[in-house]
Amino acid sequence: MSKVDNITSVNDLVIKFANVNGTGSASANNMFAKAIFRMGLSVSPKNIFPSNIQGLPTWYEVRVSDKGYLGRRGGIDIMVCVNPQSMAKDIQEVSPGGYFIYDNTKPLDLRLLRNDITFIGLPLTKICLDEYKDARQRQLFKNVIYVGALAALINIEFDVLTGLIADQFKGKEKLIAPNIHAMELGFQYAQENIQCPLGVTLERRDNLGEKILIDGNTACGLGAVYGGATMAGWYPITPSTSVVEGFEKYCKRLRIDPGTGKKNYAIVQAEDELAAIGMVIGANWNGARAFTATSGPGISLMSEFLGLAYFAEIPTVLIDVQRSGPSTGMPTRTQQSDVMACAYASHGDTKHVLVFPSTPKECFDMTAEAFDLADHLQTPIIMLTDLDLGMNDNMSDPLEWDDKREYNRGKVFNAEQLEEMSEKFGRYLDVDGDGIPYRTYPGTHPTKGSFFTRGTSRDEYAVYTEDGSEYVKNMERLLHKWETAKGLVPKPEIINCEGGSSVGILHFGTSADATREASDYLAESGITVDTCRIRAFPFNQEIEDFVANHETVFVVEQNRDAQMRSLLVNDCDIDPKHLIPVLNYDGMPITARYIQEKVESHISGAKVTPLRSKTNKK
Amino acid sequence: MSYLKPSFRHPELPVNDLGYTKKNYEGAISTLCAGCGHDSISGAIVQAIFELSIAPHNVAKMSGIGCSSKTPTYFLGNSHGFNSVHGRMPSVATGANMANRDMIYVGVSGDGDTASIGMGQFTHAVRRNLNMMYIVENNGCYGLTKGQDSATSDIGSKSKKGEPNPFEPIDLASMALQLGATFVARSFSGDKEQLVPLIKAAISHQGFAFIDVVSPCVTFNNNPGSTKGYEHVRDHLAATGTVDFVPMKEEITTSYHPGTSQEVTLHDGSVVHLHKADDKLDIHSRRSALGLIKDYKANDQILTGLLYMDPDSRELHETIETSNKALRSLGEADLCPGNNVLKNINESLR
Repeated sequence: MSKVDNITSVNDLVIKFANVNGTGSASANNMFAKAIFRMGLSVSPKNIFPSNIQGLPTWYEVRVSDKGYLGRRGGIDIMVCVNPQSMAKDIQEVSPGGYFIYDNTKPLDLRLLRNDITFIGLPLTKICLDEYKDARQRQLFKNVIYVGALAALINIEFDVLTGLIADQFKGKEKLIAPNIHAMELGFQYAQENIQCPLGVTLERRDNLGEKILIDGNTACGLGAVYGGATMAGWYPITPSTSVVEGFEKYCKRLRIDPGTGKKNYAIVQAEDELAAIGMVIGANWNGARAFTATSGPGISLMSEFLGLAYFAEIPTVLIDVQRSGPSTGMPTRTQQSDVMACAYASHGDTKHVLVFPSTPKECFDMTAEAFDLADHLQTPIIMLTDLDLGMNDNMSDPLEWDDKREYNRGKVFNAEQLEEMSEKFGRYLDVDGDGIPYRTYPGTHPTKGSFFTRGTSRDEYAVYTEDGSEYVKNMERLLHKWETAKGLVPKPEIINCEGGSSVGILHFGTSADATREASDYLAESGITVDTCRIRAFPFNQEIEDFVANHETVFVVEQNRDAQMRSLLVNDCDIDPKHLIPVLNYDGMPITARYIQEKVESHISGAKVTPLRSKTNKK
Repeated sequence: MSYLKPSFRHPELPVNDLGYTKKNYEGAISTLCAGCGHDSISGAIVQAIFELSIAPHNVAKMSGIGCSSKTPTYFLGNSHGFNSVHGRMPSVATGANMANRDMIYVGVSGDGDTASIGMGQFTHAVRRNLNMMYIVENNGCYGLTKGQDSATSDIGSKSKKGEPNPFEPIDLASMALQLGATFVARSFSGDKEQLVPLIKAAISHQGFAFIDVVSPCVTFNNNPGSTKGYEHVRDHLAATGTVDFVPMKEEITTSYHPGTSQEVTLHDGSVVHLHKADDKLDIHSRRSALGLIKDYKANDQILTGLLYMDPDSRELHETIETSNKALRSLGEADLCPGNNVLKNINESLR
């Protein structure tokens, strides 16, 4: 249809599917991504879905990268449009030289044509009408047919697809043959009617090693199982819901008492977020490991209780899967905009330990570790992930567990220790000089070790007091505990380029992949950068040193107000001029191209020194 | 209230089956106003738990915010207590109960705490049939902020400022009945004879046991015109009967004599003897209880006593089928599936 120079590439593409929400496209799209993964290629799929039940446009974007880049790249090489509703916009999104694959059962509106991209028609509706009588089948198989066609168009191994169908319908064997047949219909149509393959193709590789494909929320749920959580109080909210669902799925499989058939866990779906965090606090207070998962609006509701847990020193694990705020914001779009709300949740002088995972493996590890950290520090630990990491399948190193590992339950006096004590037990005494007091579980000893937990001020023996000096002593001890926490929280990941650079990039969470890729691009254009991935608040000394050791420091984050930057300025007393914000907050994951552009434009505009010769690049 | 509690106790104070005297069940000195009904309730709780021979450290005292919620400090000094946030005690109690099903959970709340901000959590604790005793120390006003009307304040009842309350009250006992509470009682803080056995029965009940205790505020709601003042309440009480409690290890009788008395078998096998002054109340019928509460209210009377109990109550742990062992007692061996299982999970994710 068009005379253009088509994009050509091997194992390097971005393909986007434009579907109608609720039509069953998700499983076909997942199958597409997983087939690429099983061909040994780095794949990064992202759901871009509306906040409604069905009918509205929904997209699924898959990136394949031979270099192993997993962040969003930007630009669309192939658009597969199954939704007429969004067609005009979808056509505009395709990069020049790209391909637009559409259902040509109905002719295309000629006004939408572009002469710099290639239009490829697949009569999806017609094939389905000819082949199937049942309306639901016509809808469902349409998705499988375009996956089959793509197999021919970009060289996906057909055996891999049939293997995936067999896996997907294990236990429902009757569905295997019809699905394979639908896939063949698409494959054959493409082979017979379109010049296959396109300029953009895939080739099997073997560079994934032991990698797995898992969403961050499921990894968090599994981390809670391994971390010894026995109680989850929760209230469903996008995009965190699948954290507790994942926990429940694995608990049902792995946590049933073989003797009695009863559950070694309790999950209570609360009436709201206030109750969810209350339950978690109550369970932790009583010696169990408990957690909840929520998103921004839930954090707002939980803030009062978080203040109580901080002040009364009750271990609490909270997983915040961030979405776009403020208020209801964009419930199904990603952001990193709860940083400040979580760091200082609740009134008064309050601050909370935050951890920031970047991969599913870190979701697993950090969730399990959060229980140790919470027990050790006797304070809330808030994990900040986001929709992008939480709800999308992400490639990850395999999950591992050291069987010799023992849970760190922190400073808890048992009955024997209490019995031997001649001195009076003081719940808030700083016995070891690290700001962390000893606690006892309710019911431990008949006469020793009981105390009253309250949100009001008290002395070291947990007795209510409004004595100013006692209050100050307590608040100072909490600060001292904060200092102790700096040495216990996950350390940053620092990558120094060869010889080091005077330009640094600070980033965290899901900006990691895009930042890594951007730093490669920057190096190619002569700007070498060192990167520091922040993994926790309070900030470790290494982060402060990183800032001090670089002339120019960019802070990459996915929110409008540069919240991490504010936290750095506030907590480390850094001159704000020293930290240059790189902010993306349109609800989509940040791209490498965006970071590259922002850094380049700042450096060229400011004539900062670190432009190095290309021969000196990494 | 007194600032000093005498340390002397008579050497021959009666002891319970654990060898404890009542002193073992006392708490700190109360800081509430002298004559506060809440202190009487604390006394009744002490007496009931002493008589039940429950070790104090096996009780967890849960409360929210307010005068009533301060009271757990004033009883069972050897128990852990938790003074949580306003109205949100039921969720904290739920979590605590999930962690360790072997303890006894005593929740103390007030009418402000329960009938306003805490209404949502209260209703859901009822709905889940959480195994706890939940007492509302109900004085129809906000004592800590000097006497504003609460949501249980009767229409027309005058606050200390003399303003009549223009709104209908929330009747917590009726609400608990409608929500499906498996044990509902009402009493008066000054009536220990009735209150102590009710508390004993409530603690023995397997499930959510609710007691609404009318507890006059001597400072801010004891004025002429208040319907929750001492004088008014004393003049308007109507008891369903005299309640006696027989612990399980003593005589167990299950016979029921309609018209004169009623025996109620509790879930753990213990029995409440209800001697009915008013044989219109069927203790196993929500409808009967709701009707009578309404009838007495129409006559400006407060019906007290055990109003309803469900002998087939299934508490939350039974419903969700949690381990018989306290969840908090489980360790790595019970909880962590180990690396080999993880390897298989990894395999399934490729």
